[in-house]
Amino acid sequence: MRYMLLIYSPPGDWSSVPVEEQQRIMQAYGTYTEELRASGKMVAGDALQPTATATSIRVRDGETMTTDGPFAETKEVLGGYYLIDVDTLDEALDWAAKIPGAQWGTIEVRPVVTDYENVTA
Amino acid sequence: MGHDRGASRRHRLRERHGIDELTRAYRDERAKCVAILGRVLGDLDLAEDAVQDAFLRAAERWPREGVPANPGAWIVATARNRAIDVIRREQTLARKTELLARAEQLPQDEEAVIPDERLELIFACCHPALAAEAQVALTLSLVGGLTTPEIARGFLVPEATLAQRLVRAKRKIRDAGIPLRVPPEHVLPDRLRTVFATIYLVFNAGYGPPPRGDLCAEAIRLAAVLAALMPDEAEAHGLHALLLLQDARRDARVTPDGELVLLADQDRTLWDLAQVDAGRRSLERGLSLRAPGPYQLQAAIASLHFDDEIDWEQVALLYGRLLELAPTPVVALNRAAAVSMASGPEAGLQLLDETPGLEEYYLWHAARADCLRRLGRPATEEYERAIALAPSDAERAFLRSRQDLLAAELEQRHDL
Repeated sequence: MRYMLLIYSPPGDWSSVPVEEQQRIMQAYGTYTEELRASGKMVAGDALQPTATATSIRVRDGETMTTDGPFAETKEVLGGYYLIDVDTLDEALDWAAKIPGAQWGTIEVRPVVTDYENVTA
Repeated sequence: MGHDRGASRRHRLRERHGIDELTRAYRDERAKCVAILGRVLGDLDLAEDAVQDAFLRAAERWPREGVPANPGAWIVATARNRAIDVIRREQTLARKTELLARAEQLPQDEEAVIPDERLELIFACCHPALAAEAQVALTLSLVGGLTTPEIARGFLVPEATLAQRLVRAKRKIRDAGIPLRVPPEHVLPDRLRTVFATIYLVFNAGYGPPPRGDLCAEAIRLAAVLAALMPDEAEAHGLHALLLLQDARRDARVTPDGELVLLADQDRTLWDLAQVDAGRRSLERGLSLRAPGPYQLQAAIASLHFDDEIDWEQVALLYGRLLELAPTPVVALNRAAAVSMASGPEAGLQLLDETPGLEEYYLWHAARADCLRRLGRPATEEYERAIALAPSDAERAFLRSRQDLLAAELEQRHDL
């Protein structure tokens, strides 16, 4: 099964994080990504630019509304993701718990639809 | 004539035996069958429907045609055929092919010994990815075999709400890929805690007030199954022991009018002493594994309460150990109450006042009031606070009676 691991963290100014801390975090992500890739379970993964760079689009009655900022102002914002292919939710949860951001943010684990004719509410 | 009578008697006996076996199989084999079908098919809803259908067939056939040699295997084989019928009607080809391939793996031999995979089922039902109320409902439904109306009544929720909760939980297990298996070592302690908590929640709902004995009995049965399936898990025995011991006092702790009775005032003839023995045996089994835990400690405390002379010092000591493992305000409160019995109300009061965060908890006020009463001091405010915060009529009535007792005692002292 494929699972999306969505990485949410409190929005913060990356430049205000001390350099050693930045290096530590980058290194932790590097190690994690390497481990995930080596296990053969990784499908994709990316980090997103901060929400300050986000633009939201809505089309209503044919009219396109473009707004500056993320979809919703929330306490934690989406900062990146991993897409993995594992056998069970337990395995997905294990990988999610190992994501460095789980230490200060929240990882939402969502199964990916593979069978489009049997999607339940 | 004689031949006819003999034949009809045999017929009646077969019918009786068929019904008895059906009842037994439903109680003892149903969860095993659901577990096997659920694991193989990866769909608990489908598994449960197929097993239910197989039992309906058994109800038609066993009383007439006799009970099969291995009722459980018969149910699994019959449920397998039913599942295959249902799967054939599936619209999506890919899903149909996958499910049929899975169903083919189910045992079809009616004589086969079916594996006991209830533990796998219990862990799936109590998976932390499900909400606590869904865990409880699923466990009672799939492992306990309780009907939706029975569970809805037990937890005072509308039947439709509960039915929906069950459907959603079963779908999440299927769609999110929650596995039916015993969790690996590195998460087992966490997962076990959730299983214990679920069973305890069932028991608590039954314990009341008002008591609902069927839920208590069901929780005890689940705990017994768990202890039998995990014989090396000390806390599984501890939980089983705790439930047996608490339940042994069920009839004595509430009057027929629903009033709470204090331990010291309980009619000991209403205690179920056979169950106390059973609980103490379970506790011994747990303690012999030398892996202490909160359920064993609570069971040991409950066990001490059945002695003629309660060793309050020992009780206070055990609560102290429990407080180290489970540092909750409620445990601190119980420890203070035990200390007040072992070392006097002054010491108890002091400990109570040192326990913060309980101002909204009625038993904290009740315990302070009781210490003050025993010191011969007024406690009107404490009792009023406790009564205002108490969760049920039975508890309010009890607190009022204690308040009246104190008033009478103070009156008497005043008269002297």
